[in-house]
Amino acid sequence: MSDDTTATTTTEQPAPDRAGAPEAGSPGPGAARMLEVSGLSAWYGEARVLTEVSIDVAPGEVVTLVGRNGAGKTTLLRSVMGLHRQIEGTMTLDGADLAKRSADARARAGIGWVPDDRGIYASLTVAENLLLPPVVHADAWPLERVYEFFPVLHERRDFPGTKLSGGEQQMLAMARVLRMGSRLLLLDEPSEGLAPVIVQRIGEIIREIKGQGVAVLLVEQNVTFASTVADRHYLLAQGKVVEHLGNEDFRAREGELLTYLGM
Amino acid sequence: MSEFIQYTLQGLAAGGFYALSALGLAVIFGVLGVVNFSHGACYMLGAVLSAVLLAELNVGFWAALVIVPILMFGFGVLMERLLVRWLLELDPLYNFLLTFGLTLVIVEAVKQRYGVSGLPYQVPAGLGGQVSVGSVNLSVYAIFACLFSVVVCVAVGLLLTKTRIGMIVRAATEAPDRTRALGINVGLWVTPVFGFGIALAGLAGVLAAPTRAITAEMGSNFIIILFAVVVIGGLGSILGAVVAGFLVGLVEAYGIAYAPTYAQIVIFVLMAIVVLVRPSGLFGREEVA
Repeated sequence: MSDDTTATTTTEQPAPDRAGAPEAGSPGPGAARMLEVSGLSAWYGEARVLTEVSIDVAPGEVVTLVGRNGAGKTTLLRSVMGLHRQIEGTMTLDGADLAKRSADARARAGIGWVPDDRGIYASLTVAENLLLPPVVHADAWPLERVYEFFPVLHERRDFPGTKLSGGEQQMLAMARVLRMGSRLLLLDEPSEGLAPVIVQRIGEIIREIKGQGVAVLLVEQNVTFASTVADRHYLLAQGKVVEHLGNEDFRAREGELLTYLGM
Repeated sequence: MSEFIQYTLQGLAAGGFYALSALGLAVIFGVLGVVNFSHGACYMLGAVLSAVLLAELNVGFWAALVIVPILMFGFGVLMERLLVRWLLELDPLYNFLLTFGLTLVIVEAVKQRYGVSGLPYQVPAGLGGQVSVGSVNLSVYAIFACLFSVVVCVAVGLLLTKTRIGMIVRAATEAPDRTRALGINVGLWVTPVFGFGIALAGLAGVLAAPTRAITAEMGSNFIIILFAVVVIGGLGSILGAVVAGFLVGLVEAYGIAYAPTYAQIVIFVLMAIVVLVRPSGLFGREEVA
């Protein structure tokens, strides 16, 4: 009975949920939120992997989802993208309901997908990988700008996409959604398996796109890296948001969080 | 030596039929994830339609080469819209069974209408007879069929590698979900791609009509060999389908010429060897776990 009450509270009145939200870096109640997810639950068959998750991201804001493997981070991103459909709850982009929109419609509405395997096509050249998605927004990076920012992609433009190194593939995956003009980037562990110097470079790229008002929802297990780029952090455990921290609190509790994540 | 060259030409001509059909099968499998069992029946329909157009409407070979693929494209579009589409969400096995059932229906319908004895068709005027190259006599039609298949395969190859449509088809073939997440409405391409694949099978049927016995059953053996072609080339690989098509045509022709007793099994021995050495086929990508 009390469980039911909690559920109702979460879905109908998101305000109390934000009571624990940090002051620093959090958008004020009046700030327009680009992505708003409320009361999202997700299943794989009978197994429930997300329970009543509510998060939001504002334009120009970098928000991370931190948690152990299997906490449901990737499922959350896939649900926002429309690739995982076995869900309940509501999701809005710029106030518009996403429920009925297919993945491709969501991409055209401005959601940019950078999957954890980078999602580079082996049967397309580097240039084709960049040119495949349609341009969906006036702020999209022209190809010249992409090549100026990522000279290595220009050098290798005629190579098959998967002939690039891991770090270069990560750049390509991010460049691809920037050329598309996505307004909300879903980055799934961009630092995973990459050398520190490349991770640093990815941090620079994230700060650059943040400066342009692009919103970033970042899945990370690298807590240190997350704290260098993000404004706010949601901690996920067993499919639930267990903590919602501003970056200052997050940094202060870094040691504790590392232990918590088992790293 | 001259015999060897003749067998090679026969093999390449037959290989052209396999390559064109396998290309269609590969594109359909790539974009829809459907293993189209009815591909052999569509090849047969291509040949039967050529014969019927000639007998009943006096439409000749050259016109059939254009008209039949268009008709088969339409047939493919209907098949996808009315039947295949509804099962795409389910396990791929459902569409395999659907197209298997469809094969039985098509074959029986052709038997009912045109009997089992075979329809007559002549080598078109201008492509008959033989041409002497040195001391070797070669069939003009076999040369034509072989060159024509190569030209079509190259044209399809250019379409796939040099155009935006081709880029989308390649992307959707490699990773349909990811391609959707990048803003491409993959569903929009599903129907034309299916029709295109069926049209290629029909085209192979038209090309085969002058040299093969046109019967309702001509696709039954063809589809089995076609699956061997696709396995040898690598499931989902478009280049692999074409190369393996010609390779299997050659192996089959040499088998018939030099080891007629074993002709039927040579192809499958080849398939077994390829699968043992390279489980994902000659041009298939290794599955990443």
